[in-house]
Amino acid sequence: MGLIEPLFPFIEMTIIILALILIAAFLVWVERRMIGIWQDRLGPNRVGPGGVLQSIADLLKILGKDEFTPKFADRFTFLLAPFIGAITILMSFAVVPFSKTIGVSDLNIGLLFFLAMTSLAVYGVVLAGWASRNKYALLGGMRAAAQTISYEVFMGLSMMGVVLLAGSFSLRDIVEAQQQSWFITSQWLGCFVFLVAGIAESHRLPFDLPEAETELTAGFHTEYSGFKFALFFLGEYLGVTLISAMTVILFFGGYLPPGFLADTVLGEIPSMVWFTIKVLFFIMFFILLRTSLPRPRFDQLLAFGWKVMLPLSLINLLMTAILRLTGVLGGVHV
Amino acid sequence: MNQANPVDISAWQPGDDYTLRDEIAHINADLGLQEQQVQDQIETYWLEKSQLLCLMQLLKQQIPNGFDMCFDLFAVDERVRENKLTSQCGDFTLVYHLRSMQRNQDIRIKVALSEPDKSIDSVCGIWANANWYEREVWDMFGIRFSNHPHLARILMPPTWVGHPLLKDHPARATEMEPFTLSDKQQDIEQQALKFRPEDWGMKRQSADADFTFLNLGPNHPSVHGAFRIVLQMEGEEIVDCVPDIGYHHRGAEKMGERQSWHSYIPYTDRIDYLGGVMNNFPYVMAVEKLAGIEVPERAKVIRIMTAEMFRILSHLLFYGTFAQDVGALSPIFYMFIDREKLFAIIEAFTGARMHPSYFRIGGVAMDLPKGWDTLVREYVNYLPKRLDEYEKMVMQNRLLKARTVDVGAYTTEEAIEYGVTGPGLRATGYSWDLRKQRPYGGYDQFEFEVPIGHKGDSYDRCRVRVEEMRQSIRIIEQCLNNMPEGPYKAEHPQTTPPDKSRTMKDIDTLIPHFVNVSWGPVIPAGEVSVSVEATKGIMAYHLVSDGSTVSYRTRIRTPSFAHLQMLPLISKGQMVADLIATLGSIDYVMADVDR
Repeated sequence: MGLIEPLFPFIEMTIIILALILIAAFLVWVERRMIGIWQDRLGPNRVGPGGVLQSIADLLKILGKDEFTPKFADRFTFLLAPFIGAITILMSFAVVPFSKTIGVSDLNIGLLFFLAMTSLAVYGVVLAGWASRNKYALLGGMRAAAQTISYEVFMGLSMMGVVLLAGSFSLRDIVEAQQQSWFITSQWLGCFVFLVAGIAESHRLPFDLPEAETELTAGFHTEYSGFKFALFFLGEYLGVTLISAMTVILFFGGYLPPGFLADTVLGEIPSMVWFTIKVLFFIMFFILLRTSLPRPRFDQLLAFGWKVMLPLSLINLLMTAILRLTGVLGGVHV
Repeated sequence: MNQANPVDISAWQPGDDYTLRDEIAHINADLGLQEQQVQDQIETYWLEKSQLLCLMQLLKQQIPNGFDMCFDLFAVDERVRENKLTSQCGDFTLVYHLRSMQRNQDIRIKVALSEPDKSIDSVCGIWANANWYEREVWDMFGIRFSNHPHLARILMPPTWVGHPLLKDHPARATEMEPFTLSDKQQDIEQQALKFRPEDWGMKRQSADADFTFLNLGPNHPSVHGAFRIVLQMEGEEIVDCVPDIGYHHRGAEKMGERQSWHSYIPYTDRIDYLGGVMNNFPYVMAVEKLAGIEVPERAKVIRIMTAEMFRILSHLLFYGTFAQDVGALSPIFYMFIDREKLFAIIEAFTGARMHPSYFRIGGVAMDLPKGWDTLVREYVNYLPKRLDEYEKMVMQNRLLKARTVDVGAYTTEEAIEYGVTGPGLRATGYSWDLRKQRPYGGYDQFEFEVPIGHKGDSYDRCRVRVEEMRQSIRIIEQCLNNMPEGPYKAEHPQTTPPDKSRTMKDIDTLIPHFVNVSWGPVIPAGEVSVSVEATKGIMAYHLVSDGSTVSYRTRIRTPSFAHLQMLPLISKGQMVADLIATLGSIDYVMADVDR
C-alpha cells in the first residue's frame, strides 16, 4: 500500500478527467434529445437504449474523418488552438470541489485560477480564427475576443460579493461558508450577472456570436474538422459543465444539501450526488435557453455588457460590502 | 394618330375615359405611337427606337400620376414567328411594361429592333430597377443598351457563349456537343468567378483602412439558396454590396418554348418552389385568356382556396426561417408541423405536396375529395391558435425586435422605384394588393383586409405576412362555407385534358379530344400578360402564342428578382448580422429569382 499511496492523486485526476470527458459526451446527447423533445421532434433515439450511445457513434464518425488542414492555414497555430480551448477548461476543473472529499486541489486562490483559465480559453478561439486565414473565422475570432474582454470584467466583479462573504478565494472554503444559508439569498444579483457572463464565456446561444451559424457559417471553427473539431466541441460542453458547476459552488451551496434537509434522511445522501443534481439543473437551464431565445447583434451584446451588466455587478459589490461592514450580513472569518 | 387635335386632358381624373395616347399627345405631339390591340386590355403602343428616352421620361415624370414602376422589361425574338399580328414587328421586340400605382393602370411600350442593329438606349436613369432587366435582356438576347452602368451577364456565367433565348440557340444538352471540362477550361471558369472590385467601381481601401471583401454565398446557410452577395466591409460594417444571381437558373423561359401548353404546367410549380399552385395560377389564366375559356365557378373557388393554402404554407416557412436567421432555433420546428398538417390536406386534394401542378387549362385536375370540408374546417380552427402562440414566441420577443425594428427599412417611393411588390411594398404602409386593385379569378367575391405596416423595416415585413396568414384563413373559410356545386373544368375544346363524357358518342367531341390529348391544345395566336398576387409579390406570365401547340415566348416576371436588386440600397451601413435579418425578411426564393 505504501508504494501506491503517492499515486492516489494521479489516479484521482485521471478518473476525474475521464469522467468529465464522458459527461461532456453524454451532454451532447442530452442536449440534442432535450432540444428535440422541446421542439416537438424526436432527437437522436436510435443508437443504444433511448439513443444514449449516440455520442459514441458520433465520436467514432468524427475520428474516422480525414484530418484536414487547409493549405492556406497557419499550420502550427491551427493545430494548437483546439488544444488550448479544451485543456484550459479541463485545468479549471482542478480547483472544483466535487464533494466533501473529492477534488484535485484546494488552491487558496482557486477562484482566481478559474478566472485565469477561462481568460486563457479564449485564446483557443481567437487563434483558431486567426490561423484559419478565413474571413468568416477571423470575424468569429474578433467577436470572441471582444466579447470575452467585456464579459470577463464583470464576471470577476460578480463573484467578489461571494468572496467578501466567505472571506476566501478557495472554492472549498466558499462552499463550507454556505452551511447556514446559500449565498444566493443575498447574492442573487451577483448570481444573475455571473450566469449571463458565463453564457457569454462559453459561447452558447443567445451569446454564440463567435460561431453564429446563420451569419458566419460556423465562425471560428469553419475550417476545422475531425479530431480538432471534436476538441472544440468537447471544450464547449465542458465549458457548460464548468459554468454550471461554478454557479452551484458560488451561489447554491456546492455539494451541501439544502439547509432544511440537512438533518433529515435526505441529508445522508452523498454530497457528490447533491452536487451532480444541482449541476444538471443548471445544464438543463442552459439548454432550455438555447432553444428559446434569438441572438442579439454584436454591438447590442457589447452595449448590454458595459451599460447594464457592469453597473449591476458594481452595485452588487458595493451593497455587499456595505452590508458586510455594517454587520447585516454575517461572515465566517470576521 | 391624332396629334393634330389633342384632347384636353388637363383636368384628368382617375376613371376618365381618355386613352393614354391622348394624354401623351397632349404633352408631346411629336411622338409617333401606334396602337396594338392585345387580349389583356393593357394599352400597347409601338414606338420608334429613337424616341424611347423622350417617351419614357414623359411617362414617368410629365404625365400626371406617372408610371412610377417599371414592372417588367423583356425581349422577344421575332425572327421565326409566323403570326406577327402587326406590321411593326421587326427581328426583335423590346417590351416595356410600366405601371402607375396611383392610377392603377398599366401601359406597354414596344420597340422593334432589326438584327444588324441590336442596340437601344438604356432606361436605367429613369427607373433604377431597369438595370437588372436590361442586363437580362443582354444576357438572353445579346441586345446592347447604350449608357448602361454595368452591362454584364446576369443569369448565365460570364464565360457562356451565345445568348440562350435566341431561337437559334440550342435548348437541350442533346443538341450540343457532349460536355467536357478540361483543366485549362476549369481554370478559366474559376478565374471568371473571382470578384474584382474595380469592375464594380469599388475601391479596395478608404483613406484610413483596407476594405474586406467577403463572399457571402453561393453556399451560406442564410442566403436561402444558391445566391452570392459580395460584401465590401469595413470591420463588420457593410460599405457596399454586389448581389450575384444566376446559380439557380434552369432556363424555365426557354423550356416554355418546347413544352406544350399543357405540359408546361409542372414547370411553373417550380418557379417559386414554395408557392405550389400559386405559380400555376397566372399561367393557366393567361392561356385561358388566349383561348377564350371561361372557368366554371367551382373551379374558381377551388383555385382560390388552394392558392391561399399555399400562401399560408409559404408564409409559415418564411416566419420560421426569419426567426431562425435571427437566432431563434425553435419556432421553425413548430411551424413545420403546421405545414405538414396543411400539406396533408393538399395531398388529399391533389395527390402531391409541394408541387401539385393541380391547375389545368380550363379548371383544375380533379374534383375535391369526399370529406374535404372536414379536413379544411379542422385546419381553419387549428391554425389561428398556433399563430397566437407564435405571436408571443416570435413577434413580441424583445431580442427579435431589437434585431429587426428599423433594420433594412425602405420607403414606399424606393420600393416602387425598385419594382417591389407584395408584402415588401405593403410593409411600407402602401396598401396595394392586386387581389383588391384588380380582382382576378373571382377574388372580388371574397371579403378580406389588406394588412399594411408603416415603417417598411424587417419587422414590419414579417408583421404583414403574419397578418396575411390570418386573412388567408378568412378567405379559405369563405371558400369552405360557399363552395359552389358544378363542374370543376370548363366545357371548351381547349380545356386540357378535355371533358370525356361525350367522346364516345359523337365525332365532334371525339376529334378535338384526340387531337388535344395527343398534340396538346392549339392556342390561337395572340399575346397576353396575366399577373397574380403570389406569395412573395406580383408574379406575371406574358405569353406569346403563334397559333400552335407550344408557346412562342413565355416571359415570367417574378417578384423575387425585383426584390433582390435593391439589396445594395438597403444594406449600406448595416452590420453583417443586420443583413442576415434583412435577407430573411425579404422572403425570396432563388428559383423565383433565376427561373
